[in-house]
Amino acid sequence: MLHAAFLVPLFPLVGFVVLLAFGRRIGEPVAGWIGTLAVTGAFVSAIVTLAGLANQPAGARTLTCSDACGTGANAHSFFTWIAVGGLHVSAAILLDPLSMTMCMFITGVSMLIHLYSIGYMRGDRDFTKFFVYLNAFVFSMLVLVMASNLLVTFVGWEGVGVCSYWLVSFWFFRDSAASAGKKAFIYNRIGDVGFLLAVFLIFSKTGTLTYVSIFAHRHLLSGGSITAAVLLLFLAATGKSAQIPLFNWLPDAMEGPTPVSALIHAATMVTAGVYLMCRANPLLAMTPDAMWVIAVVGGLTAFVAATIACAQQDIKKGLAFSTVSQIGYMVLAVGSGAYVAAIFLMVAHAFYKGLLFLGSGSVIHGLGDEQDMKRMGGLRRTMPWTFATFLFAWLALAAVPPFSGFWAKGLLLANVYSKSLPLYALGLLTAFFTAYYMSRIFFLTFTGKERWKDPAPDGSPAHHPPHEAPWVMRAPLVVLAFFAVFAGAANLPWVHVGTLADWLAPVFGHRLFDSHQSAGEQVTLAVVDGVVAVAAALVAWGLWRRTANRPALEPRFLQRVWYWDNVYDAVIGRPGQALARMYAVVVDARIIDGAVNGAANLVRATGNGVRRVQTGFVRNYLLGIALGLAAVIAFMISRTWWS
Amino acid sequence: MTHAGFPYLTVLILLPAGGALAVALLGAVPSVRRVALEWIGIAVVLATLGVAIGMAAQFSTGTGGFQFVSDQPWATGVGVRWFLGVDGISLFLVLLAALLFPIVLAGARTRSDARSFVAWMLLLESACIGSFVSIDLILFFFFFELTLVPSYFIISGWGYARRAYAAVKFFVYTFFGSAFLLVGILVVALLHQHQTGVLTFSLPALEHTHVSSATGILLFLGFTAAFAIKAPLFPLHTWSPDAYAEAPTGGSMVLSAVLAKLGTYGILQFDLRLFPQASVDLAPLMLTLAVIGILYGAIVACAQRDMKRLVAYSSLAQMGFVALGIFAFTSQGLTGGVLLMFNHGVVTAALFLLIGWIYDRRQTWQVNELRGLQAPAPVLAATFTVAMLASIGLPGLNGFVSEFLVLSGSFLTHRWWAVVATAGVVLAALYLLWAYQQVFHGKVDLANAQTRDLSWTERIVIAPLIVVIVFLGIYPQPVLDRIAPTVNQLVAHVEATTHTHQPAVATGGTAGAVAAARGTAHR
Repeated sequence: MLHAAFLVPLFPLVGFVVLLAFGRRIGEPVAGWIGTLAVTGAFVSAIVTLAGLANQPAGARTLTCSDACGTGANAHSFFTWIAVGGLHVSAAILLDPLSMTMCMFITGVSMLIHLYSIGYMRGDRDFTKFFVYLNAFVFSMLVLVMASNLLVTFVGWEGVGVCSYWLVSFWFFRDSAASAGKKAFIYNRIGDVGFLLAVFLIFSKTGTLTYVSIFAHRHLLSGGSITAAVLLLFLAATGKSAQIPLFNWLPDAMEGPTPVSALIHAATMVTAGVYLMCRANPLLAMTPDAMWVIAVVGGLTAFVAATIACAQQDIKKGLAFSTVSQIGYMVLAVGSGAYVAAIFLMVAHAFYKGLLFLGSGSVIHGLGDEQDMKRMGGLRRTMPWTFATFLFAWLALAAVPPFSGFWAKGLLLANVYSKSLPLYALGLLTAFFTAYYMSRIFFLTFTGKERWKDPAPDGSPAHHPPHEAPWVMRAPLVVLAFFAVFAGAANLPWVHVGTLADWLAPVFGHRLFDSHQSAGEQVTLAVVDGVVAVAAALVAWGLWRRTANRPALEPRFLQRVWYWDNVYDAVIGRPGQALARMYAVVVDARIIDGAVNGAANLVRATGNGVRRVQTGFVRNYLLGIALGLAAVIAFMISRTWWS
Repeated sequence: MTHAGFPYLTVLILLPAGGALAVALLGAVPSVRRVALEWIGIAVVLATLGVAIGMAAQFSTGTGGFQFVSDQPWATGVGVRWFLGVDGISLFLVLLAALLFPIVLAGARTRSDARSFVAWMLLLESACIGSFVSIDLILFFFFFELTLVPSYFIISGWGYARRAYAAVKFFVYTFFGSAFLLVGILVVALLHQHQTGVLTFSLPALEHTHVSSATGILLFLGFTAAFAIKAPLFPLHTWSPDAYAEAPTGGSMVLSAVLAKLGTYGILQFDLRLFPQASVDLAPLMLTLAVIGILYGAIVACAQRDMKRLVAYSSLAQMGFVALGIFAFTSQGLTGGVLLMFNHGVVTAALFLLIGWIYDRRQTWQVNELRGLQAPAPVLAATFTVAMLASIGLPGLNGFVSEFLVLSGSFLTHRWWAVVATAGVVLAALYLLWAYQQVFHGKVDLANAQTRDLSWTERIVIAPLIVVIVFLGIYPQPVLDRIAPTVNQLVAHVEATTHTHQPAVATGGTAGAVAAARGTAHR
């Protein structure tokens, strides 16, 4: 069944091509259904492939064995992409538990969000184009996770980046959307420099870019270069996964339509950096220094973003910072060597964060494009489906037991506890903020006074009573809510067979720290997690249940994102622009070109007396001939010199 | 060297030259209408393209030497021969020229004096192809100089406001460089005559001339002066923004896409073959200039408000990448450099053509006068996007393959130069996306709302470029297979002369071989 794996990326590719070629003729809503069908095909193919992989013995699924199984039984090569001298890169896919886990949740969540989009994008003048981009995105994302070598991963990596650019600036007539798309692309491009340099470095040391061969020859990467390679890959990850120092493109990316925020900027693309780190885990294992950097960056990002999320007024911005923070947790897990916990949280997060965005989209849709939570409130009565599903997602993200987030974050924090106590403390503090900001968002939106009935302070009129979304938008909410609640079952601490950790063991080995912890320790840690989450939710309940107006709790420092953008603008943006202008106006025009024109004027002055150009061809030809003569003379002199 | 039955190369030179003559003569007949002349021109360049494709189809991947060689005595008294040949380095430049001229004549037509325009263009094609396939140095020099005449008239005759200044600057600057080239050619030939008693300008023969290291450096600098101006490489580039911006659309396309390649082609084919020791000795200088050019071109491009000048500076950066690949002296770097010459030609031609079409509609290419064009002209926007992303180096499009090969190849031997050059990748995204946002995004205003989308003719004209951009991004291997043997031969020639070696990974194939090589090195 594994040889059908090529169908997984092929379906969305075909969908993309068909919609690109005939989309405008097909029109709404059929184009949307075709797009959804294509991703459904990919989902089914992924299930079939996964089943085939599960039937293999665990030993056949591993990548890190010796040369004997080198090429990997589960790699499928389609054609040679680039081969020059010792460099050989194939367009090839790799089927292992990690890539198939990614494929499963990517295609599954994508399918639901495609369906949702049919309702959400109804009546948009570029309805079909939206699905062209979405299918292109799913294809690129699948290439990213299924690639069998670094360079093909990079193809997907850039592909999702450009789709993100198109989709963020989808409503290109809004300047803010256009700028946000550009910002996203450029921040990612900075990370890409890291990716490319890592590729060059790894190739220069090992002579290969295929994962299996890199891992087999990883001893060729000596101490310094392994750390450099891992940190360069991590730089790429900070761009794609919105980590410090490259995180601030993600909140701006909320300018895209909400299904895009759910799919690309919550569930799938932004976790690609975490995936890349997990994929490279045999290299990470060789460099504890880099692991520390990763862990600290992840922990700090989780904390900083969580604090910012506490003060946001725009519902999507709040969720965006929450995403940054949650991915920070995943990165912290990677840095702690707890890859399974990272993947576990990634999958759970895909469900509940996707759901939160879709739910917020439903609210935004219902209130006529209102995103300000101060103008929401009391929506539980008018939007019961959205309210109920959002409720589960809230509890899951807040890590309240027994929802999925509790188990995923519990596993994660238990591992961090084994690595470093200060990082664990930071993670626990962040957990408190997490439960607090999420509860605040929930209460502001769904409980309290129905503020949307009043005109806004700036004078914009009251909203019409909201309406619940059509079924194509509600059905995905329900399915995602189911998984948000029960996804924790994939890896319950007291189960040891058939768990996610078990399934991923061929990729990561059994390198989980928490296995060293006694049952008592584990239970204590879990209780602490639960108490923190519930306590924070209660605090938020007390503060935000009735009122939306607490300026003291929304300091400017947090609303302005720790002044991060301002610092970049002052340190890099404006000096950079000044530098470019200086080079263009002074260096290029005056100095370099000035020297050229000066020399030309000098020649002209000596040859013909000082007259302005206005000459035409002949005189310059004469100049040329004069130069030619000079050349011949030089030649004759040189002849006597050399002979 | 293989000799072919059909004289492909002679035909490729004489066909457009004959076409130029025919158009010039027919144009003198009053009853012949301008449309007829344009169609004759298009027919000639399409026939040339057909011959070029026929030749490429028969091109053998098995050898790195010159193919389809044609060797006739010409001016025997002074040792000059009609000596033509094509190898893996020149093949795709010939194809590039043959592909672009039909697009220029069909897509960038002029409003006035079609007769002279078409005739000059045809002569220019003949001169370009002649330069790429001449392996007699004097013959090469003849064609190299011949390109100047039609280029000058095209810029000064059909250009924009400051065309006179731009044309003169272009002509004098490049002519100045040529003087050094001519001296260099004569010195090499005389050195060879001194050593062997035979006066010849044949490249394969002169390759074996012994050149002392000091002489080699002087000669290298003489040759390179001409080529670096033509390419252009930093800091000899300042004619190019003026020339590219003031030339008519077709002129900008040919200047940047084809003529510029004469510079880097000359470096590859003549500098490296004739003066390998000097090329290796001066590589740090050339690499430094290349890297400066990459960053400098990109930074200055960021400050441009005129789209044509922006593309001109972006070309400066791209030619820097070509030079970086060449002077890395690895298979990957050189192959990438050759491929990048072709790819840059295709992408830049597409960008200049699209900018020209925007000018046709809006009479401006200042970014601040354009806004929101994506709404009235979505196909134009989409086409521009593809060309732009190829220029940025998006994987899946052709620009990435060459950029990747250049950078990974140069990383092997000159790590820090490659690291700095990689940063140029960010800058390319910066100015191109900025320009795209200014021109195509935003709320469309009244002046821009009526912008026509691409007509079917225009779509057909630009389609070949888009197809090449996508195809060579996904499946570049047929091209690489044809470039590689020649590049490997060139690398071998340089290594044999200079006793240098590219790192094992560049040729070693598997990591295992590398490990083995390291093992022996330790022993």
